[in-house]
Amino acid sequence: MKIHEYQAKMIFKDFGIPVPEGEVASTPNEAYNIAKRLSKPVVVKAQVLVGGRGKAGGIKFANTPNEAKKVASEVLRMKIKGIKVNKVLVAESIDIENEAYMGIIIDRSKKSPVVMVSSEGGVDIEEVSKKSPEKIIKFYVDPMIGILSHRARELCFKIYDDPKIAIKAGVVLSKLYRCFIESDASLAEINPFVVTKEKDIWALDAKMNIDDNGLYRRPTTAQMRDLSYEIPGEIEARNKGLSYIKLDGNIGCIVNGAGLAMATMDLIKLYGGEPANFLDIGGSSSPTKVTNAMSILLSDKNVKAVFFNIFGGITRCDDVANGIVTSLNKMKVNLPIVIRLTGTNEDKAMEILKKTKLITAFSMAEGAKRAIELAGR
Amino acid sequence: MSILVDKHTKVVVQGITGRDGSFHAAQMLKYGTKVVAGCTPGKGGNEVSGIPVYNTVNESVEKEGVNTSCIFVPAAFAPDAIYEGIDAGLELIVCISEGIPAIEIVKATRYMEGKSVRLIGPNCPGIISPDKSKVGIIPGRIVKQGPVGVVSRSGTLTYEIIDHLTKGDLGQSTVIGLGGDSVVGMKFIDYLELFEKDKETEAVVLIGEIGGTDEEDAASFIKEKMSKPVVAFICGLTAPPGKRMGHAGAIISGGTGTAKEKVEAFENAGVPVAREPEEVATLTKKVLK
Repeated sequence: MKIHEYQAKMIFKDFGIPVPEGEVASTPNEAYNIAKRLSKPVVVKAQVLVGGRGKAGGIKFANTPNEAKKVASEVLRMKIKGIKVNKVLVAESIDIENEAYMGIIIDRSKKSPVVMVSSEGGVDIEEVSKKSPEKIIKFYVDPMIGILSHRARELCFKIYDDPKIAIKAGVVLSKLYRCFIESDASLAEINPFVVTKEKDIWALDAKMNIDDNGLYRRPTTAQMRDLSYEIPGEIEARNKGLSYIKLDGNIGCIVNGAGLAMATMDLIKLYGGEPANFLDIGGSSSPTKVTNAMSILLSDKNVKAVFFNIFGGITRCDDVANGIVTSLNKMKVNLPIVIRLTGTNEDKAMEILKKTKLITAFSMAEGAKRAIELAGR
Repeated sequence: MSILVDKHTKVVVQGITGRDGSFHAAQMLKYGTKVVAGCTPGKGGNEVSGIPVYNTVNESVEKEGVNTSCIFVPAAFAPDAIYEGIDAGLELIVCISEGIPAIEIVKATRYMEGKSVRLIGPNCPGIISPDKSKVGIIPGRIVKQGPVGVVSRSGTLTYEIIDHLTKGDLGQSTVIGLGGDSVVGMKFIDYLELFEKDKETEAVVLIGEIGGTDEEDAASFIKEKMSKPVVAFICGLTAPPGKRMGHAGAIISGGTGTAKEKVEAFENAGVPVAREPEEVATLTKKVLK
């Protein structure tokens, strides 16, 4: 789960990481009030869950509350990478002398948290890692111990000439690590990490992604999910325990299992069709799940045909067939539906489906071809 | 031969008194797996499908000679179940449970370092050596004994492909679903190494998906260290970047982990890549000749 900069900064603050004072605003008037309260020059920053907002003009400076109101109204009218800006962060503007980078992720292949620091701050770190990887210093942390103070300090001595700054930055890096672990983050990043002329240090920007599997034990963070940035069908699916991703095609897919669901989409594409979605209904065969899945698919007006691809491993196919029939009887669907069911009791399932108008297929390939044909009519 | 599980595998089912644990314990037993014990703290002394239940894994080792565990406990308690298995000196832990935070598996695998125990999963369907032993939930009906090793990040997609193999008279030595999370115990290369050494295995089918770089690592391993032929299938060519495709680990992030890169990595390593599940069987038949 991605969270906004202002939310990440709230979490940072809890862990004692220095963040410039500021508040989030949804209207130009709110921005005015925040700037007035701060009574300092401010920066107004678009809060969107995509990168590149600076380049898109989503970060603007203001010297007075009135200016803040004006630029906030501009930013709040913007779309960044197609996404509407609903909120801005109005924060104290900081004079930058030096910009660095600090970040922590979990390295999947090394199975370890990795701390990264770089003297190249304020720029796209992925670019730096591609062009000059030697400028990013990595340290793999023993997850059983965490980052030791001397390690954090050592890393910062490598990116700062001034030892006093390095020591201060090291303390922040240790705090960032604690924040990363105790938030179940999959990414925690300060870019840029800033030093001012007065030798003060600030986390000027904050980025955090949270491990979805950790949300059950981070209830406060779980509430930070911004639904306005999500596609309605995807929210509905998550609330109903389904995994759904909308795509642009016209063949709706209902599949059990994530890998098989991806392979079904790929197969439709391979045969010249366009999948409308990824949808994994999981292991259960309950009619409710099928009904929920169908109602999500039908809310997508691009869908011209539906393809059920079910490999009943442990699940009994006759149960699934009954689930499909029960739910479709209730729903009155006018689209062509192709069903491929295989596994335990598939003969019984086919018997059940024969009594309906549903089109059955004996293989995934045959089902995909039929669905493409029917969607094209 | 086969890898990791066979007739000598003696299983304790952790979480045997739960809905999934009791159902699958019975299924494993039916398949012929030596499920000799169950473990649920506080339920010791009971029986499930005739299997004695113990309070601790240690007890099941002492009394029943358990060497392998199959975990069905909820995500919040699964890491502790893994640690209990490690501390009891088991050889293999198969964790079916899903929804475990990645950092917990990072820690558990660190705790395993220097010990001889291995971890399959979490968020996986487990492992089956046809006609010998099944630890997990892979349906026994679709597999058949033979020379093909199968290792996959998926569940039902694996069943789909095994089904084609079996129907094409290509039996399997061992089939493993290694798990759909971003951090898992054993990875592709760990299984490939075992398949390379296994006398029964003559070819390997590898089923990968978007996210991470384990497939790329596998491709270099195959090129440098394997004599046996490998056939690959990668799903997620149509997956949009930045979206989690069901599995916690199936996400293209920062432009890496795309299906295209993985397909190219295998092709560069001389590994034939099937374009659709059915073709896996055709290609496997070819490489076995």
